[in-house]
Amino acid sequence: MKILVCISNVPDTTTKVKFVEGNTKLDTTGIQWVINPWDELSLTRALELKDDASTGVKSVSVAHVGSIAAEPTIRKALAIGADDAIRVNAEPADAYYVASQLAEVIKKEQFDIVICGIESSDFNGSTVGSMLSELLDYPSVSAVSSLKIENGQVVISREIDGGKEIVHVSTPFVAVVQKGIAKEPRIAAMRGIMMARTKPIKLYEPIAVEPLTQVVSFEMPKPRASCKFVDAENPKQLIELLQNEAKVI
Amino acid sequence: MSVLVFTENWDGKFKKLSFELASYASKVAEMLNTNAVALSIGNVDESELKKLGNYGVKKIVNINNDALKNLDDRAYTSVIAEIAQKESSEVIILSNNNMGKGLAPRLSVRLKAAIGAGVSQLPLSTSPFTVYKRAFSGNAFAHLELKTGVKIITLAQNSFELIETANGASVENFSVNVDASNIKVQVKDVQKQTGKILITDAEIVVSGGRGMKSPDNWEPLVELANLLGAATACSRPVSDEGWRSHEEHTGQTGKIIAPNLYFAIGISGATQHIAGVSSSKYIVAINTDKDAPIFGAAQYGIIGDASKVLPKLVEAVKEVKGK
Ligand SMILES: Cc1cc2nc3c(=O)[nH]c(=O)nc-3n(C[C@H](O)[C@H](O)[C@H](O)COP(=O)(O)OP(=O)(O)OC[C@H]3O[C@@H](n4cnc5c(N)ncnc54)[C@H](O)[C@@H]3O)c2cc1C
Ligand SMILES: Nc1ncnc2c1ncn2[C@@H]1O[C@H](COP(=O)(O)O)[C@@H](O)[C@H]1O
Repeated sequence: MKILVCISNVPDTTTKVKFVEGNTKLDTTGIQWVINPWDELSLTRALELKDDASTGVKSVSVAHVGSIAAEPTIRKALAIGADDAIRVNAEPADAYYVASQLAEVIKKEQFDIVICGIESSDFNGSTVGSMLSELLDYPSVSAVSSLKIENGQVVISREIDGGKEIVHVSTPFVAVVQKGIAKEPRIAAMRGIMMARTKPIKLYEPIAVEPLTQVVSFEMPKPRASCKFVDAENPKQLIELLQNEAKVI
Repeated sequence: MSVLVFTENWDGKFKKLSFELASYASKVAEMLNTNAVALSIGNVDESELKKLGNYGVKKIVNINNDALKNLDDRAYTSVIAEIAQKESSEVIILSNNNMGKGLAPRLSVRLKAAIGAGVSQLPLSTSPFTVYKRAFSGNAFAHLELKTGVKIITLAQNSFELIETANGASVENFSVNVDASNIKVQVKDVQKQTGKILITDAEIVVSGGRGMKSPDNWEPLVELANLLGAATACSRPVSDEGWRSHEEHTGQTGKIIAPNLYFAIGISGATQHIAGVSSSKYIVAINTDKDAPIFGAAQYGIIGDASKVLPKLVEAVKEVKGK
């Protein structure tokens, strides 16, 4: 069984974002790039499955659509433990563009389980994973919070709005994962970092795809009214404010 | 032409988000000089179906097919695409919840329709068709142009008010053919959460962080939530420690919510936490540290020890609500 984890390269989650060129582009100066938190957890889960011989998982690959600037992020995934990597050499224009590139690569390389995160923390698209499954005509399971392989059968727990479902799905398929998939992201050890230097990153050139969307501009959230403090000895005043001023209770 | 809205029900009753979606779809339809059509899949009776009309939907397409009892993303996508084509829908609207996030991108590919995900307002313009969506985990918003003929929007939960109108809706029962052999996702077990208010549906959420000190201190927080009809939530370390269940974790890597009122009690207000709650209409913070970043996101604050303030708050709510 072969697993592919799709990784997006995003600004570190504590980044104070700023925009340039008339608020159309992210100001990348000083930004530290990391593996999207979901993808780091997916990778961790994929490696856990590979570590367990009973699952039959033989390899874990990662794929990224992005320019050469993203190579440190890919190397990091290799250092954490991925066997090999694929990079499609193109700027990710939009989700449809990215999913189309990934679909093309997956058709050539063939994987049994493809894992995507529920969203990239930069653009919050929540779209690439399910788009990919449709492009490949694979079944997909979204909101996956646990993924196991028992006697060759994929057993998934997915969150529904109001509970949980245990589902079986045939391979190949796409899992779109969320919280719970792994507890803590696996961290690269020194040995992993050394080994990552020699692991292969296979390069693909992009296919021609017309993006479906375009960012016109970004704007910052409206500043909130400053905080009104209530005396700790008199919380009743808070309840009154919530009732009469904010009118929310 | 039409605006199609995909509704969701729970045991035959529409979820509140379905009415939000219907209200939103009716307003979008107005902007485009057309009508909103709702699609309902499941076993929902006529009087319940008609309720969608209270929120401006003109027609309800009702599909009740046993093969669609469980969610198979591919099968559902085919059905929604079929209805969208039948109704010549120019805009298709779903919720940005688990189900919508699974279905909307598939529909996008199937119909070659651009998607705006996590939209929180009416479109900024209809020509070009530009939507307003969350980006950078709430640290920014994007104006996104959807460049295709058919467009898909997933609406952030709790971001649009219910708008009631005179009901002029008709129900059309429609049957679809579902090829059962094409269903690849098999549901083996369902564990429904009962009795509790879902965090994502709740209008008030009371949330605790590491400042609660121990899992044994939650009682007054839960009592406050019960008195207010609120859901309970927590920060990530709290669920990581196993003090509270994982379903309660809010933030960038947990649930993203937008209640009318969010209580952050003993929560420092790390950016990753704020990312999940910044769309709340009001935030109340209770914290011993006057410099805690949470006060920068809150409109109301109490500087104090949660273990002392919470019991007093509970008393105050009882008094004000006359209980
Ligand atoms: C990739 C990534 C993703 C993350 N995702 C999330 C996420 O989704 N959600 C999330 O919550 N975190 C997330 N985090 C963790 C986040 O960075 C913070 O560590 C976390 O939110 C802190 O939780 P806390 O506020 O409960 O605890 P702390 O930061 O320890 O804060 C406790 C607060 O309680 C106050 N306090 C102490 N005693 C009392 C008292 N007696 N009464 C009242 N107040 C008191 C303190 O002043 C302090 O402000 C993420 C981190 C990373 C790196
Ligand atoms: N440029 C990319 N390269 C590879 N995978 C990506 C890329 N962008 C997004 N993904 C995958 O799609 C998921 C959801 O991203 P998004 O739809 O952008 O929110 C991510 O968690 C990744 O698994």
